[in-house]
Order: sequence, then structure tokens, then C-alpha cells
Amino acid sequence: MSTRSRTPFYIAIFLIIATGISLAVWRHIELGIPWLTGEQRPVWMVEARVDFDATGGAVTAALNVPDQPPGFHTLSELAASPGYGFSILEQAGMRRAEWTKRDVTGPQTLYYKVQLIPDPDVRSIPAKVKPVARTVFWAEPEATAVREILEQAKQRSSNPQSMTRELIRLMQPDTGAQNTTLLTTGENYLDLLVDMLNFSGIPARAADGLKLEDARRRQPLLAFLQIHTGEEWLTFDPRTAEQGVPEDLLLWRQGSASLLDVVGGANSEISFSMLRQTIPAIQLAAMQSEETGLGFLSFYELPIEEQGMFRMLLLLPLGALVVAFMRMLIGIRTSGTFMPVLIAVAFVQTTLIPGLVAFLSVVAIGLLMRSYLSSLNLLLVSRISALIILVIFITAGLSVVGYQMGFNTGMTVTFFPMVIIAWTIERMSILWEEEGAREVIRQGTGSLFVAICAYLLMSAPLAGHLTFNFPELHLVILGLILLMGNYTGYKLSELRRFTPMKVYD
Amino acid sequence: MGWISPFTLNRLGMLNMNRRNVDYIARYNDRSAYPLVDNKLKTKLVVAEYGVKTPRLLQVVRQQHEISHFREMSADLAGFAIKPAKGSGGKGITVVTGRDGDEFVKASGARIGVDVLERHLTNILAGLYSLAGASDVAIVENLVQSTPDLARYSFQGVPDIRIIVFQGYPVMAMLRLATKASDGKANLHQGAVGVGLDIGTGKSLNAVQFNRPILLHPDTGLSLGNIHIVAWDEMLEMASRCYEATGLGYMGVDLVVDVEEGPLLLELNARPGLAIQMANGCGLLPRLRAIENLKRPHFTPGDRARFAMEEFHKR
Repeated sequence: MSTRSRTPFYIAIFLIIATGISLAVWRHIELGIPWLTGEQRPVWMVEARVDFDATGGAVTAALNVPDQPPGFHTLSELAASPGYGFSILEQAGMRRAEWTKRDVTGPQTLYYKVQLIPDPDVRSIPAKVKPVARTVFWAEPEATAVREILEQAKQRSSNPQSMTRELIRLMQPDTGAQNTTLLTTGENYLDLLVDMLNFSGIPARAADGLKLEDARRRQPLLAFLQIHTGEEWLTFDPRTAEQGVPEDLLLWRQGSASLLDVVGGANSEISFSMLRQTIPAIQLAAMQSEETGLGFLSFYELPIEEQGMFRMLLLLPLGALVVAFMRMLIGIRTSGTFMPVLIAVAFVQTTLIPGLVAFLSVVAIGLLMRSYLSSLNLLLVSRISALIILVIFITAGLSVVGYQMGFNTGMTVTFFPMVIIAWTIERMSILWEEEGAREVIRQGTGSLFVAICAYLLMSAPLAGHLTFNFPELHLVILGLILLMGNYTGYKLSELRRFTPMKVYD
Repeated sequence: MGWISPFTLNRLGMLNMNRRNVDYIARYNDRSAYPLVDNKLKTKLVVAEYGVKTPRLLQVVRQQHEISHFREMSADLAGFAIKPAKGSGGKGITVVTGRDGDEFVKASGARIGVDVLERHLTNILAGLYSLAGASDVAIVENLVQSTPDLARYSFQGVPDIRIIVFQGYPVMAMLRLATKASDGKANLHQGAVGVGLDIGTGKSLNAVQFNRPILLHPDTGLSLGNIHIVAWDEMLEMASRCYEATGLGYMGVDLVVDVEEGPLLLELNARPGLAIQMANGCGLLPRLRAIENLKRPHFTPGDRARFAMEEFHKR
């Protein structure tokens, strides 16, 4: 009888709702589960193919593979090569895929496949040890040429980045300068650039990149230049002096000395092919959740059949919410508290119009039969039992007749909850006898209206998506229902019902 | 019919369904007391200990085989009422007012055979009218003969008086008159007329049918403006005493006035409706709050009834 303070109750509800929302937001950010349905995300499937001729002995083939390339997430890796042992080795900041086999002869083909998700937020990991410029020695006359070109570049620049850009421009063959021609003859152009930059005191290295284009085969790697500014490695295109990693460029090799080492083989070759796939974002999230260990919070790991069942079950709270709202805030009368939810669930299976037609005909025929049953003077339990059997007959009859007439939808009648329908018929029939047809129609339409509202909400693709993929959002529904249970204000229907009170105001 | 603004309702102190359920029924009515009021048989027995009279019990039918005894028992009865012990809202109550040879005459004038009544008893036992469909017992009570000065207002059926008792204080009352529309039953939602009664005097205030104000009884054509209930203070005290019997803080007490036995308790209701406010033309909330704010509650039913008569007298 005490009037306890409501504050702890409201705090609890606030916590419940806040937990639900923050869990959902967290999983959206962590796992990338989309808020909306049908969101598609591109995924690049890149395949490296290594060919070599084995010379008849033990073979070790080590391929440098991407290690957190800037701009991409690695989704999955896969190696296909018959009879080879395979492992991924990580050493000194490099990742290498290693195939091993004893006694091999003849041409061999190894595959390495990687799935990558473009993500502009991913940046390369900073090196643990700050790299220093290599010491480079030049013989004359190159030394003088190098010094002069570097001096020119230095004059036109203000920092390592601009210096690099200027140097690349100066080294273009078409500039026609004597010094440039002297240096570029017979030398690897990129190695020359790397050496010159190191010589000038800027740590520099070569990197390999792959230009991603849909459905390309036998693509070569492109050479890129990287310098270290003291904080991070910056990438330059040595042909155009363009700075930065373009969106469609996958840096396959950074920092590692060699791309491919084959011990026990000759004529090794590597080629790349790639494919752009689009995967529904939701599937992607499911794949990622397996990796990150957040999967325990979702239903993706369940067998598909159970997932389907949960999909249906998780819609029920929405129906309950609609019933709670309609009864407590609007004031619509229904026959049986949650009968509308069960009818709505049946409607979700049958779709609305066939479901409505089937439901109304089953109830109408059932009411007719019930009026005969009532004249038999039976005990209640046996009357209800008889009614259940009759309802099953009616639904079976309707589906068979519907099927013969060419309506396949007739079959879906079987989704209706038979026992609930039998009770509904019984209650309606009693209501009819006691209160007249008006009350029957009133409660019947009320129930159907609520059922249709619940159906519309439950069958919305977004509702199914959110309830299944963010089960924690049910905490929000729970909070809302608890809040409604605390609503002591007037129902909408009461504003009509109490209208005659106007005269006393 | 239009709409009324919630602010107007608030100003009038109208109690609404949600607030009734949360702030009054849930707070003041102990669940353990519900079986007492939801079962008319238990109600009869418990209020008898507190000196509250009820219609005389003729027979209790508990088992299917006992129905045959009903035929013997009813053989020479002129009037009686069959009620499901756990029925709600007047459901399943059959009133027999007389005999016509072998047939029984219902309050509505319809003639029915004993087999119809037996079937009705079967339905009651099977739980057709009980709240959750649970099996039930049927009680057969002596027919209440309403005092003529009240009975003339009612079309068939017995007029009854509903008093809302809050923490033992009678706070609002109305007279319920059966109509043709309500089939001789005194249920407002079925079309019975509700006449608000002044707690202070027992005199009629306003009348409503189907939530609409009326001045004359739709069937008897009598003016409803100057009804006066006799022995009003006695009835209020009786209603007040039911609080001690059941311990329910918020309940509806239904009384009838029998021509021979005086005021009798028909039934108690742990979830009384809200229409009484419309019959009275005022809201319940100010009165309920007045009782809630009482610093020193009265201990005897008589004191509480007298306090209510003074406090809630319509000025």
C-alpha cells in the first residue's frame, strides 16, 4: 500500500533502453552490420598464381602477401595447391605465404587468394623502429651528376615530400638534361631513385602495387616509391610523381626485400587476376563476426533452419508492442489479449489478403457449426475439442477447394493456430448470445485491426532485418512496453467515452 | 458525439482505466483477496461473519451429477436466480421469476423448460462463464423481491445500488436500473440506466444510459430526477463493512433492497467500472485523494460512512 518512488524504475528503464541502443550501435560499428536492408558492399577477390618448374627435390616457395595494405581490410585468405604444406609466416614486419613439398618435379602451379574489403579508414601500421637512410656510394662521374640533380631538387623543395616529387620530375627522361641521361642509361630507374633519395638522407624503398580492375587476368605488379617522413611511409608514383595511394591500388609488397623466392625450382613466374564481387553487407558482417569473436551475440552461427525459426520468434515482441500500444494507449478492444499477435504471425506466412479471406471464412463457418454444437448440450471441454477438429476440417476443406480452383495460397491456411481459432469461435459465439452481434463485430474488427497493424509492422523488411540482426533492440521494445505499463493517462477511446462530461465542466 | 480534451477530464478529476489499474487496483487490492470476491459463494460466507446479509442460498451445484437434485429442489420454487460462482460482469446469471405449469418464466418473460436450465448449469460447471475458463460451481439463490418504490423504475430486473468503497470509505454511489436493452440485467455496458446518488443523502443526481445523459427511464418513462433511497446510512455502513471482510482497498459493492429482508449484498467487485463517474457527473479522483490524504483514518464502518456522508455531500 506504500507509494514507492518511481525513480529507480525509470532509471532501470533508461538503462535497459540505453543498453539496447548502445549494444546495437557498437555492433554496427564493430561488425559493420548495416542499419538498413539490402546494402551491398564491394569485395575484391585477388588471386596470385605462382608458376615454376621444379627441379626434382624439396621445394620451398615463399610469396610476399599483403600485410594490412592501406585502404583495405583482409576478409579471408585461401591457398590452393595440391600436396603442398602451406603456412603464413610473419617475420620482421613482413607476411609471407610459404608452400613446402618434398620431391617435386615438373611444372607447378600454386594459388593464393585473398578477399579484400575497401575501407578508406585503414592506414598502414607505423614501423616500430624508425628507418634510417641507407649509405650509398657513387663512383665518378655519376656522383657529380647525382649531387647536381639532388641540389636542383633541394632548391625547388621545402620538405622530403616535395623533394621526392621534384626529383621524380627531374629524372624524367624527356627533360633531356645531360645528368639525367647519364644516370638513367642501363640502370633500373626505380632502384636509382631509391638510391638517390637514401643518398640525400631520406629513407626510401621500393614497393609493389596492384591496380584493381574488375575481371582482369594476368596483371603485373606496378613499382612504387616509398619514402619515410619520420612518421609514416608515403607512397609516390615514380612515373608521374603523384603522391598517395589511389583508391584502386592495392599495395601488395611493402618493405619486404623480395616478392617471390623459390628454392628448388626454376623459371618462376607470378601473375595476378582479380574480380570485383558485391556481397550484401549483412553477409559480410556475418563473415567478420566469426573472426572477431563477436559472433556469440548474433544468430549467424546457428543452423539455417533454426535461424528461420528465430526470425519468426523475434518478430513476436513487435506484435506484443502493437497490442500493448493499441490496448493501453488507444483503447481498442480485442477478443483475447494476444490473439491478434498470433493471427498477425499467421498473416506473415500467408500474406495479408489470402490470410484475411481464409481467417474470416474459417471463423464464419466455425460460428455456424458452433451454433449447432450449442444445441447438443455438450460439456465445455468436449465442445471446444469438437470445435478444434471442425476447424481443422474447415481449413483442410478450404485448402483443397482453393487448390482445385487454382489458388495455391489456399494451402497457407494451415499456418493458422487451430486451437486459438477454436477458442476465438467459442468466445465470439458466447459473446453473440450474451451481448448481441454488435459486440461480436466490434471486438472482431478490433482484433482484426490490431492484427493487421501488427502484421504491417512485422512484415516490413526493415523490422525483420533489425529484430534478427540486432536482437539487443528487443531491450528497447521491452523498455517501451514497461514504460507503457506505467502510463496512467487517458486512453484515446476514453476521450470519446467521457465526452458527455463536458456539461459538468 | 465529439471529443473531450484530456485537460478538461483532468480538471473534472475523472479516473481513467489505466490509472485505476495502476494507482488503485494494483496498489490497494491484495491479490490474495481476489478469490474472495471473484467467487460469489466465498463472498457470501465471509461477509456473513461481518453481519452483512446476502440473498438466501438455496442450493450449490458442484458436480455434474448434482444437477439432477436441482430438478427436485426447484420443483416447488417460484423464483430463484442461478449464478456461476466465478462469473464476472453478470455473465451467466439466469433469473427465474415465476412458473407457468412445468415451464419456468424468466425475468424477460420468456418461458423455458427445466432442460434449458440444466444445460445452463452444465455450462456453468464446465467454466464457460468463469474468468479463465476454470471449472466452476453454480449457486442457486432465493429471488430478491425489490421494494416497490425502487422496482417501479426498473424494466423487469431488480434495481441494484453500486457503491465504490475506497479503504473502507464509501466514495461514490449509483443506482442501476435494468432496461429493455439490457435484457433485465443491471449492467451499464449492456444498456442499463445508471443513476448517480448523492453520498450525503441517497438522492438521485443525474442519469445516463449508454454513456449519454437522460432524464426519463427509456422503458418505464418515469422521471429519474427525484429518486430517494431509504435507509441510506445503513446501506453505506454495510458497504463500508465489506472492507473489513475482504481487505480490498478499492472495490465496488453491489447492494439490493429486498422488500422483506432489507438491504442485501449481491456481490463484490475488485475491478469496478468507471461509468459511475458519468452517472454522478463528477470524477472520482478528488474523493479518492481526499481519503488518501486523511491523517487519521476512522476505525469503525459507521464512522467512515458518516465521514463520507459529510465530506462527499453534493452541495
